[in-house]
Amino acid sequence: MFLGQALGLSAVLFSLGVAGVLLRRNAIVLFMCIELMLNAVNLTFVALAQLHGASGYVMVFFVMTVAAAEAAVGLAIIIGVFRHKQTVDLGNINLLRG
Amino acid sequence: MTEVVFYVFAVAAIISATLCILQRNPVSAALWLVSTMFSLAAIYVLLNAQFIAAIQVLVYAGAIMVLFLFVIMLLNLGHAEPDMRGPSTIAATLVIVGLLAIELFALLQYNPRKLASEFSQWPAFSDPATVFVAGQLSQQESAARGVVGAVAAPLFQVYLIPFEITSILLLVAIIGAVVLAKRKV
Repeated sequence: MFLGQALGLSAVLFSLGVAGVLLRRNAIVLFMCIELMLNAVNLTFVALAQLHGASGYVMVFFVMTVAAAEAAVGLAIIIGVFRHKQTVDLGNINLLRG
Repeated sequence: MTEVVFYVFAVAAIISATLCILQRNPVSAALWLVSTMFSLAAIYVLLNAQFIAAIQVLVYAGAIMVLFLFVIMLLNLGHAEPDMRGPSTIAATLVIVGLLAIELFALLQYNPRKLASEFSQWPAFSDPATVFVAGQLSQQESAARGVVGAVAAPLFQVYLIPFEITSILLLVAIIGAVVLAKRKV
């Protein structure tokens, strides 16, 4: 049911997430775009779980766990960077540039 | 009727995601992302994944996005700033994203049912293929075990070790977040 449509929607959402990562300079918005990409992949898992059985749901469960851990650590890093540079604009965070 | 509902939520998800990446105010972007996640939860229900829809709302729209909003407000970033990249980057982004979208839609031409039949003919490398026969409809599993049971059975039988490793991942994430966000280590 809705297999092709769901996969197409997933492709569109993933592309929008990539566009957001490439377009924005705000680190927090960039993280949100990564969450959008993870959601698109989750939609693929759920759609294909209709064919391949409930293992896809377990994968969605693990993806959500990794997303939560990634958000917690990433936002802590952003707070640490903000404390040093007083900004989250990625154009100004160039300490590692050679 | 169901198709109409699906398309309404699909269009809502795409519009919300577009607005999320175009809004200048980070708080607006976060709220549009929450809207995207709610639309996706509705689509999960239509795809017979009611439990996943519930934890999508609870974990993603509830917990993770609240974390984002907390950080935005903690750092006082709730005001709109011009943070789009320059015109050359925008052009390059359109090219890259267009190519990626073409690639992903080309993947759709590969018939999922053909993929499923090929998948079922692979040799069983682990338990899932033997315990849960490939091609078995999730709807049937839900009918047999209940909505939560259909997820719980593979999670606690076949994927028990990865599930336990997940707890280590979360512990490391907690310690890492505390150490990184602390003022003095």
